[in-house]
Amino acid sequence: MMHGAVDGVDADAIIIGSGPGGAAVAHALTQAGWSVILLEKGQNHLLSLQAPFAPLGHFSNDEIKFTQRHFLGPDPLLEPRTFRRSSEDGDHLLTGEVNNLPSTLGGGGVHADGKLSRFREIDFQLRSELGPVEGADIADWPLSYADLEPYYAEAEKLVGVAGEETNPFAAWRSGPFPMPPGADMFGAQMSSAAAERAGLHPYRAPTGVNSVEYQGRPACNNCGFCAFYGCPIEAKGDPVSMLRAALATGRCQIIPLAYATEITTDPAKNRATGVRYLDLSVAPNTQGEAPVRELRAHHLVLAGGAFETPRLLLRNELGNSSGRVGRHLMFHFQTLVVGAFRERLWGASRGRSVTHLHDDHIDGDQASRAAAQAAGLPWIRGGIVEHGSSTGPVNEALLQGAGAHHPLAMRNSELRERLWVFTMQGEDLSQQTNRVDLDPTVRDAWGLPAGRVTYQPHQHELVTSNHVAPILEGVLRDAGAVWTAASTSPPVGDHAGTSPLGLAPATYHIMGTAKMGFDPLNSVVDPTGRLWDLPNVIIADSSVFPTSAGYGPTLTLVALATRAARLLTGNPLAQSQPT
Amino acid sequence: MQTGLTPTQTLSLIALMNKLVPGDDLSPAAGDSGGAEYVNMLLTAFDYDPPHIWAGGPFSGRHGGAASFENWLELGPWEILAWKSRIEDLNNQYHAGLDSLGPELAEISDEFRELVFTHACEALYGDPVYGGNREMSGWLAIDYRGDSQPSGYSDQEVSAP
Ligand SMILES: Cc1cc2nc3c(=O)[nH]c(=O)nc-3n(C[C@H](O)[C@H](O)[C@H](O)COP(=O)(O)OP(=O)(O)OC[C@H]3O[C@@H](n4cnc5c(N)ncnc54)[C@H](O)[C@@H]3O)c2cc1C
Ligand code: SF4
Repeated sequence: MMHGAVDGVDADAIIIGSGPGGAAVAHALTQAGWSVILLEKGQNHLLSLQAPFAPLGHFSNDEIKFTQRHFLGPDPLLEPRTFRRSSEDGDHLLTGEVNNLPSTLGGGGVHADGKLSRFREIDFQLRSELGPVEGADIADWPLSYADLEPYYAEAEKLVGVAGEETNPFAAWRSGPFPMPPGADMFGAQMSSAAAERAGLHPYRAPTGVNSVEYQGRPACNNCGFCAFYGCPIEAKGDPVSMLRAALATGRCQIIPLAYATEITTDPAKNRATGVRYLDLSVAPNTQGEAPVRELRAHHLVLAGGAFETPRLLLRNELGNSSGRVGRHLMFHFQTLVVGAFRERLWGASRGRSVTHLHDDHIDGDQASRAAAQAAGLPWIRGGIVEHGSSTGPVNEALLQGAGAHHPLAMRNSELRERLWVFTMQGEDLSQQTNRVDLDPTVRDAWGLPAGRVTYQPHQHELVTSNHVAPILEGVLRDAGAVWTAASTSPPVGDHAGTSPLGLAPATYHIMGTAKMGFDPLNSVVDPTGRLWDLPNVIIADSSVFPTSAGYGPTLTLVALATRAARLLTGNPLAQSQPT
Repeated sequence: MQTGLTPTQTLSLIALMNKLVPGDDLSPAAGDSGGAEYVNMLLTAFDYDPPHIWAGGPFSGRHGGAASFENWLELGPWEILAWKSRIEDLNNQYHAGLDSLGPELAEISDEFRELVFTHACEALYGDPVYGGNREMSGWLAIDYRGDSQPSGYSDQEVSAP
């Protein structure tokens, strides 16, 4: 019997969503002696739910399964999403896949290639440090880097982050990385050398991939199927390490194929009492419906990701007294610069997809300040630039197109083995009009309104991208590229409709849709992650980010989720000091 | 509903795939490399239990470890519904599209051309367990090893190949 079952509830806490955020909370709560039930609407391909919680062995180096057949879900026939740039596009422009992170046990952590950077001090104080920007909501976070540092350190240990302290722009740390970095990809050495010649400061990316055996999981063997693939040998730690540790306490029950649809509350709607979910593990009944099950708990944790969490709250008409649920949606604005080389770089078939980063375009320099001024902006900020490779041969073949040129083009492999890619994950300014809401007509397979994204970049993102792209093209040419090209995601301009990445943002970094703040009038959760309107509900995903920064969101959301859970159990970490 | 392709449809599909993704002296054409088998396996995926949609893991056995790609994975009950509906739709598209192909393979809608081209690419460059890429001819032509687990690549092969 679970611990919470003694006093009329099924567990102390129910967690909705098993991605990095939900897994971090499951870990922290169970370590503190709480019982939890973790609901995940996707399938379990990750690990056995029986001790010793071994890998299921479903992951493989298989481009068809992972990139063409919705293996990790969500299947767009069951769970369509919609997209429009603004209301001028009508109810929606696209229906189907819109920035779909996996819906599977482990969420997006399973197939991310896991560059797990920390944010920096300034990222938590953007408004105080740099001031407002017209048309955007630039806010300080209700906590500082120093408040979060101990949780960053804990998150790095839990997931297992390999890295080194050579990034001159990085924030202070209380201790070293748990592991040294893994092998440098050939192409990244070449692009890093050229970046250095351009006065930039590339460094080995902190990555949630084992460079040595760690916590019983092996070192990465550079198989090359990293971004978009589950790891066949479990060298990636996010979030399997946290889920396994939570299960090992005996206080965590994981229920896959459990789609939480309803938050139950007391009559006054002051407290959540539990959850109703659709049991997707059994075949639909004769009316085509899934059975509804109900669970009760003292606390509820929403960790469905920054798209599904606001969708759940909006459907339940909860937590939205500020009117901000779903608003302030941020992605990273991607500037994609590619260079084609004469020699084979092997990046698309060997290594961890991305092994190096540089941060120089975040703070910028004299030239970027001039670009901002010329555009009438007080400042611009870019994001990390990932030095990486492209894709597998099926996806290259699709890009090469049909016709007589195809066999030679594939042998030359200009779009795969001879391509090198810089991806800048540019800071995306928060705008109230960018949002997730409920589509008025499109429904999922269970009759629930689909989530809809309405998104347009701010002028800031376009100016930053236009400024940085030529610099990155110059670096690739200096590295030996015979041609270079730049594009963005989402695409902009006259040819946006022809972008191979589609019209919707393709970054998979989603933030801001239930933002954290000091004031219940303009934020959804308080500084500890609790819903202002229902204080026994916490949000443990990147919905709570007030700004997007120029770094991947995952380590920060894991640190925040861990902090929220530790504060809930009265078990916070002590303040830390730089070493 | 008829599932899978008739012999006549199979020949038409091979010809169409060979036209869209042709071969040359060094590379096979998609149809000749098992493209129609790939499509047929998908169209008849539910004739097998588990259905032939997601190959198993973790290893093919080509680079060590026990071969397990043939241990096809189970779908959840709702995933079964989605895939049955998708495959029914694909069967309809293939039957209608192939039956109306003219002798020059010219009577083809943009939508059907896109579908066949996508499957031709998947067949030629996807894992052979899905029915295409006969004897790994698609991979060999582009000097691609395919899957590499559990041996992977040494640090040396990644950093200085
Ligand atoms: C290819 C790729 C590469 C990436 N690389 C990086 C990177 O290098 N660095 C980085 O920082 N980030 C990266 N990301 C992003 C990263 O995956 C996400 O930031 C992270 O997964 C978000 O974690 P989360 O727990 O908030 O949500 P998710 O990972 O999205 O998990 C949410 C889970 O909740 C489940 N769920 C949702 N609603 C319900 C419901 N109602 N009932 C039950 N279950 C529900 C979903 O099915 C899902 O499994 C990458 C993503 C992709 C796709
Ligand atoms: S490159 Fe390494 S971490 Fe990535 S999937 Fe392969 S073995 Fe796993």
